[in-house]
Amino acid sequence: MELLNTVFIAKAIIVGVVFAITLGVAAYSTYFERKIAAFMQDRIGPDRAGPFGILQPLADAVKMFMKEDFIPANSNKWLFIAGPCLSMLTALMTSAVVPFGDSVTIGGATFDLQGIDVNIGILWVFGIVSLGVYGIMIGGWASNNKFALLGAIRAASQNISYELAMGMAIITILMITGSLSTKEIVEVQQNGHWNIFYQPLGFIIFIICAFAECNRTPFDLPECETELIGGYHTEYSSMKLGFYLFAEYINMFISGAVMATLYFGGYDYPGVEFVTQQFGSNVASFVGVGALIGKSLGFVFVFMWVRWTIPRFRYDQLMNLGWTGLIPLAMYNVVVTGFGILIGKPFMVSIAGLVLLIAALFVYDQLLVKKKIA
Amino acid sequence: MEISNIWYFLSALTLLSALMVIISKNPIHSVLYLVFTFFCISAHYVLLNAQFLMAVNIIVYAGAIMVLFLFVIMMFDLKKNIPESKSSLTKLAGSVVAGTLLVILIAIIRKNTIPAPAVEKFNSQTGMVENLGQVLYGEFLLPFELVSILFFVAMVGAVLLGKREAGERNF
Repeated sequence: MELLNTVFIAKAIIVGVVFAITLGVAAYSTYFERKIAAFMQDRIGPDRAGPFGILQPLADAVKMFMKEDFIPANSNKWLFIAGPCLSMLTALMTSAVVPFGDSVTIGGATFDLQGIDVNIGILWVFGIVSLGVYGIMIGGWASNNKFALLGAIRAASQNISYELAMGMAIITILMITGSLSTKEIVEVQQNGHWNIFYQPLGFIIFIICAFAECNRTPFDLPECETELIGGYHTEYSSMKLGFYLFAEYINMFISGAVMATLYFGGYDYPGVEFVTQQFGSNVASFVGVGALIGKSLGFVFVFMWVRWTIPRFRYDQLMNLGWTGLIPLAMYNVVVTGFGILIGKPFMVSIAGLVLLIAALFVYDQLLVKKKIA
Repeated sequence: MEISNIWYFLSALTLLSALMVIISKNPIHSVLYLVFTFFCISAHYVLLNAQFLMAVNIIVYAGAIMVLFLFVIMMFDLKKNIPESKSSLTKLAGSVVAGTLLVILIAIIRKNTIPAPAVEKFNSQTGMVENLGQVLYGEFLLPFELVSILFFVAMVGAVLLGKREAGERNF
């Protein structure tokens, strides 16, 4: 019982810290989003609240709480409230299986820096991602507003479509690792054997699907001022709207952490052995936590960078890309990876597969151009 | 807390939410209660140490099938065309059939004593994905592949039906 209690307290601390980091990063993502947008558009951005405007997220939160919390008369009250709650819940649940660091030994007891190490880790992520659509759908339907419902339906069909390609991209990772556990996926990638080198095509598919799953530009079709007013959160105000917007930023950070785990070695960083020899394994583990969070923040930056660079898709283009572009590509990737594992040279075969694909696309494009001219 | 207490609590929750599926008037509420029922069943899988089944149950049922249900029900404007209530004769017939089935099931369970598996022989790792994969791709390879062919045929059929234009003949 004594041991159980220690483990329980340790897990509670880890989960609390992960929540705190996630919420803090999400809050400051809103600030950096505006700063990066300002930088790209040659403006200054928020600079009034505190030095360099770093108190802007606090000011936003105060503003959100102070606004009138309005529930439309003909809406379904309980589901209207449940929508944003579900969005936040599903956004926060994914981080449970992300291994934030190697084990730490304190006072003779060893703790893994991970919420839960289940042997189905990656399926957990996939399951929670597939549940993420409920918050949006319930909120959109409960608003009793045509535009909100249309936005919700758009979001749902987009998420369902891109989940398939995402799952196919994950399958190749499982083929290489031979395990569903996120911890093992990271351990296989230690010492620089990052999956990005073995799975460049899989990573491209995964990151595109992550953009679509987070409803980020260029795939932010569920909210569209010109067609749908505000999309699924048209009727929302005050902190309920805040929760929807906040859940998007949490999703960005968590999907960054998942991508770092699956493709960029998780908490691996160059010079682990050196740090371990010099300062001990605990310090090395904590540096690893920093490495993982750094990688995740890098992905958050990529999300913002893309948002302010690339124009959005049209809805039919989005569906076309998902169903006729990414899913066949993911299937090709599975076949290439299987071939690579069969002949025992996964790295060479994956690069050859990518080169072959680009060459084939190039030839196809050339043939198409000649037809158009003739 | 004892495991059996958790089991009783979960079972009560499962039955309650399953009942709410058929009791609630609003079809959207029914779907949401059904999703909740699937979660309860997944929790039962966790108690049985079958984590893989738990995850797959959530992904397939709660994550995919019920989202499509919700999708279709939201598209209909059910406030305008509520299906008229069935006649009392239909209700009576339904109750009789369901009651008979219940009695038969209870009788079967009472007649047969299912032997409890020996505790020493029980392998707690049976439900883990590695063991499940060994069984599925070894002992039950043929049924497994046949099921996948069945799914493929169903998918092709659905696409064929979906793509058919009005007045067009396929066969």
